[in-house]
Amino acid sequence: MAFQLNDTPPYQEALRAYEARLAAVGAEEMVINMGPQHPSTHGVLRLQLITDGELVKEVIPHVGYLHRCFEKHAESMNYGKTIPFTDRLDYLASMNNSHAFVMGVERMLGIDRKIPKRIEYIRVLVCELNRIASHLIAIGTYGIDIGAFTPFMWCFRDREHIMNMLEWASGSRMLYNYIWVGGLFYDLPVGFEARCSEFVRYFKPKLPELDELLTDNQIFISRTANIGILPADVAINYGCSGPMLRASGVKWDLRRVDEYSVYPELEFDIPVGKGEMGSKGDCWDRFKVRIDEVKESVRIIEQCLERLEGPLKRTADFDPRALVPKKVNLKAQDYYVRAENPKGELGFYFVTQEKTDIPKRVKARGPSFHNLSVLPELAKGVLIADLIAILGSIDIVLGEVDR
Amino acid sequence: MAFYLTYLLIGAILFGFIAGFTLFAVYSERKIAGFVQDRLGPMETGRYGSLQTLADILKLIQKEYITPAAADKVLFAAAPVIIFIAIFLGFAVMPWAPGLAPSGLYLGLFFVIAIISVDAIGLLMAGWGSNNKFSLLGSMRAVAQIVSYEIPSGLALIAAVMVAQTLDLREIVVNQGIQTAEHLLLAGIWDVTDIGGLFAWNVFQAPHLLLAYVIFFIASLAECNRAPFDIPEAESELVGGFHTEYGGLRFAFIFLAEYAMMFLVAMIGVVVFLGGWNTPLPNIGAVRLADWTTGLVWGIFWTLSKTLLIVGVQMWIRWTLPRLRADQLMSLCWKVLTPLAFLCMAISGIWRVWVMV
Repeated sequence: MAFQLNDTPPYQEALRAYEARLAAVGAEEMVINMGPQHPSTHGVLRLQLITDGELVKEVIPHVGYLHRCFEKHAESMNYGKTIPFTDRLDYLASMNNSHAFVMGVERMLGIDRKIPKRIEYIRVLVCELNRIASHLIAIGTYGIDIGAFTPFMWCFRDREHIMNMLEWASGSRMLYNYIWVGGLFYDLPVGFEARCSEFVRYFKPKLPELDELLTDNQIFISRTANIGILPADVAINYGCSGPMLRASGVKWDLRRVDEYSVYPELEFDIPVGKGEMGSKGDCWDRFKVRIDEVKESVRIIEQCLERLEGPLKRTADFDPRALVPKKVNLKAQDYYVRAENPKGELGFYFVTQEKTDIPKRVKARGPSFHNLSVLPELAKGVLIADLIAILGSIDIVLGEVDR
Repeated sequence: MAFYLTYLLIGAILFGFIAGFTLFAVYSERKIAGFVQDRLGPMETGRYGSLQTLADILKLIQKEYITPAAADKVLFAAAPVIIFIAIFLGFAVMPWAPGLAPSGLYLGLFFVIAIISVDAIGLLMAGWGSNNKFSLLGSMRAVAQIVSYEIPSGLALIAAVMVAQTLDLREIVVNQGIQTAEHLLLAGIWDVTDIGGLFAWNVFQAPHLLLAYVIFFIASLAECNRAPFDIPEAESELVGGFHTEYGGLRFAFIFLAEYAMMFLVAMIGVVVFLGGWNTPLPNIGAVRLADWTTGLVWGIFWTLSKTLLIVGVQMWIRWTLPRLRADQLMSLCWKVLTPLAFLCMAISGIWRVWVMV
């Protein structure tokens, strides 16, 4: 049934249900406001917990504290200018965001097949580097949520190398604006490949160390295994994606499903949750999937480097901006593009219009938002400490939840 | 008059020691954390950051007293003092060297265990008085945890007391070294009364006390709210736990109490199980290492170095392990540590009756 102008807006109905729930809080229950300023809501998420002592009866998430009008911005400027704003969605994986956005514009323009292989490989290389950086944050902050501070610092130490490399390539530490429609901001700096392989050599032995410290730690396992079990059907119904969905045992990775960019040419596995320590889809599985994905990303990076140093070596006449259009001229169309972000499926839905390079509407589907939506379901009847463990294992970035 | 002066002086010296130790411990904790986490730790204030904690204390002293409007003013103000005094008083009976203890109390160990328990009341006052839900949850957790863990730690201490046959801490220490009047047997077999050193410590006199010491060490970590049992102040869950609302000097006192508690429980373990001020070096024939390294200054040296070593282990554990959940903490206490401590106690009885005749 279509929504009529004179009807009560649906959100008012939800608001009324929420107010009724808060009014019905009994004497045995306590309402705890967790956030927006709380150490482990990973930003400015506000959770209202209705608890019985330490037992969480219900979680009511409030989002919107970091709303920055991305979609409105995208409606008021051209595609090239929007790329820096996509960087600010999931600010821990800016490369992946702009890759998804750029891919959509290129497909609408019909130039996605003409992009030189070297550019595609560089894009995949920086995206995978950024994926490692994002997962390192997820792993490290999860350690903090569980109470181990050291893995966080180790992860940041390794992430710093990636940040420095990407800064060298793009000029910025976190928000790169490096991938452009039709090409790149600039070719990789001379010596980047060598430094990157050096990083890979340095980074590979660090992962087993992290496993010893955290993944296989008995206390860590007892805190995360069998906690927050997310069955595959529930995950699909809530629109979960990325490591969240894969941990529930669904082998769904858009890099393989959609085969975009040069991923079909690259060899990598899709780690899924197996329930090794508890049940399939518990917090430990989600954590483990991220650890495994870091290993797979390292494999992808190695292959990219091999090709970038071999058959796709830099040449003097290579211009990464050769295909960058002066003006993006599109016919009016609707187009949905999606890509596998570290957090899950990032999608952009474009509604373009004729004779202007400003889109009529751009809807961003943030994976964190959809992953977060399952939290009230997972957090029914758990302890407060488990709620933190579950929230951490979802790995949200508020920049993307609120957009 | 001189009597009161002496006691005031002793109190002042102990307070000075605790404050100095806290300064040192906070600095070393940061440096240890830095080492474990592959970073430098404080480096800017003073040489190698050595003045960092002093600067922090200065900052805390200058801060305004902020009492939340809805707080219970009396409880809120009194709690840090009670928490600190409870732990400070525990130092009263700790022996430092042969013949050097602030107060000679024949029920020394009993006194320490009893006075530390008052800490729980202070924590409850802090949590309730703050009128903050996180503080309340934190203090509830703290009290549940401390009260539970007093049982295995108390039982483990009783196991040692049954072997030592006294509650007087000075006596317990003397009976672990060459100055004893009793016969000391290593593992109940080999007479080490003259050899002394390491072999005469309680944990080696009766090997099951090693288990008792491990139980006591784990329980003592829980009693001073250190990781992996820091759930009362679980930063990622309860913001700051019972001290969420505290700032300035009041927070400094809670902090001081935490580090004093670390030192105190480490020292109890050292005194009861690890020989106290006794030297770890044995007499080997004519090489009278134990005789040479026993005395007032040596006593203080050994007590301090053993205790600081244990404090170092506490810090090492804190920066390595994740945090347990409240119910897991309880099941560890009641299902593992308490039965094991009972077992130690039973073995102690058998040991005393049949081995140490």
